[in-house]
Amino acid sequence: MNAITLPTKRDEEWRYADFAALETLAPEAFGEWKAIELAAGETRRKCLVLDGSGPELHRVRLTVGEGARAELFAVNAGADYTRLEVVVRLAENAHFEFGGVTIGGGEATREFVTRVEHAEPEATSHQVVRSVHWGQATGNFLGRIEVARDAQKTDAAQDFKGLILERGASTNAKPELEIYADDVKCAHGAAIGQMDETARFYMAARGIPPEVARKLLVRAFVADAFTALADEGEQERMLDAALKVLGEAL
Amino acid sequence: MLEIDNLHATVGGTEILRGLSLEVNAGEVHAIMGPNGAGKSTLAYVLGGRPGYEVTAGSVSFNGQDLLALAPQERAAAGLFLGFQYPVEIPGVSNVQFLREALNAQRKARGEEPLSGGEFLKLAREKAGLLKLDMEMMKRAVNVGFSGGEKKRAEMVQMGILDPAFAVLDETDSGLDIDALRVVGEGINAIMRKPDKGVLLITHYQRLLDYVRPDFVHVLARGRIVKSGGAELAHQLESEGYEAVAA
Repeated sequence: MNAITLPTKRDEEWRYADFAALETLAPEAFGEWKAIELAAGETRRKCLVLDGSGPELHRVRLTVGEGARAELFAVNAGADYTRLEVVVRLAENAHFEFGGVTIGGGEATREFVTRVEHAEPEATSHQVVRSVHWGQATGNFLGRIEVARDAQKTDAAQDFKGLILERGASTNAKPELEIYADDVKCAHGAAIGQMDETARFYMAARGIPPEVARKLLVRAFVADAFTALADEGEQERMLDAALKVLGEAL
Repeated sequence: MLEIDNLHATVGGTEILRGLSLEVNAGEVHAIMGPNGAGKSTLAYVLGGRPGYEVTAGSVSFNGQDLLALAPQERAAAGLFLGFQYPVEIPGVSNVQFLREALNAQRKARGEEPLSGGEFLKLAREKAGLLKLDMEMMKRAVNVGFSGGEKKRAEMVQMGILDPAFAVLDETDSGLDIDALRVVGEGINAIMRKPDKGVLLITHYQRLLDYVRPDFVHVLARGRIVKSGGAELAHQLESEGYEAVAA
């Protein structure tokens, strides 16, 4: 049996975590990695909605074979500390698609932590994360991209945007690129902002009440995370899951 | 229909409107002209209820209601339309979705039944046609990637769909070329030139007034109306300048 090393605040991937919540978890929880392996050429999609009431830790290890395609879409709307951590290894020509939304109020910290390893040539990865928080809540995205020496023609993109609805909420973005190959494309962007008051007034001036305007604007904001989700029904379901908490809190 | 009495308003602590009074009756089109900084856009925003525009004195009555007591969306539902000088871009929300939400929110506030998707699209197609705006543009996000002229035509399509009792149009003519100016002018006439409707046209230039003939023209300077007259006043302003006329 392997010894489980518990994380500390000094670990980069845990720096924004809620340690008071983590202490309530059993030590074994930290050793529970769900391993998913995609064979060469395989395509698999997973849609996750995390909306539990207590602290949750989800750790996934994805191995994506040659030419395979892994798609993961997630809504992180837990009422307490909720973390989804994904470690991906991409073989030649493989693709990883990630669309994630952290959303909610209260005092919870909600985070996505991804580590995408482009281990072989010509693999691609595309990650879009949107974060919407209010109250005293925090939304985090820690995204690490590693490109191995041999992984030429890697194409990796990461896009993060955070929306703070109220003073007191916060969001952290930590993109990290570690590139050892020289013929690669790695794009990343991170922006954090507030609700567009001009747009809200424009909508009000057309008769749209503030709470409806906010819902439309937040929906448009988070929708970016699911544009790569080809199944429109699933897309709607994920958007509805993300927006469900919005009505409850504001 | 709209009675503005001794209106004073500040923006960021600075007094911009200083005792503005104006009355517009049903069936009338009034033009307000004035130099930059006179308070034209402030007047439009105060009437629309924009946050940050604080009324410090005076009153505005709209069809007997205290307009200033209403929230912006309530003013819209009461029949007031504000045409923006700079229409706002809303990424991710289509014109169709935006306007259907707006129209049905207004109808709900007035105790009317919502329009179905089919009924709404029929209406949208008709009004887009009136302003010669491609229906494909109505499916795109609100004002995103629209040229200046397209934004102004889209504003008028919105006005056509929402069918307000009163329109305050803030420099709707800016950014329009000659052809678009004519289309927009004819659109305003078709939608608003009716015995039970009123229009306040805020403009810098006289050229829109060639298409939308005002019944009254007012000169706004230093936060109040300094001169009023008929359509001929606009021509006088154009040839002699604001300073000479408003002095």
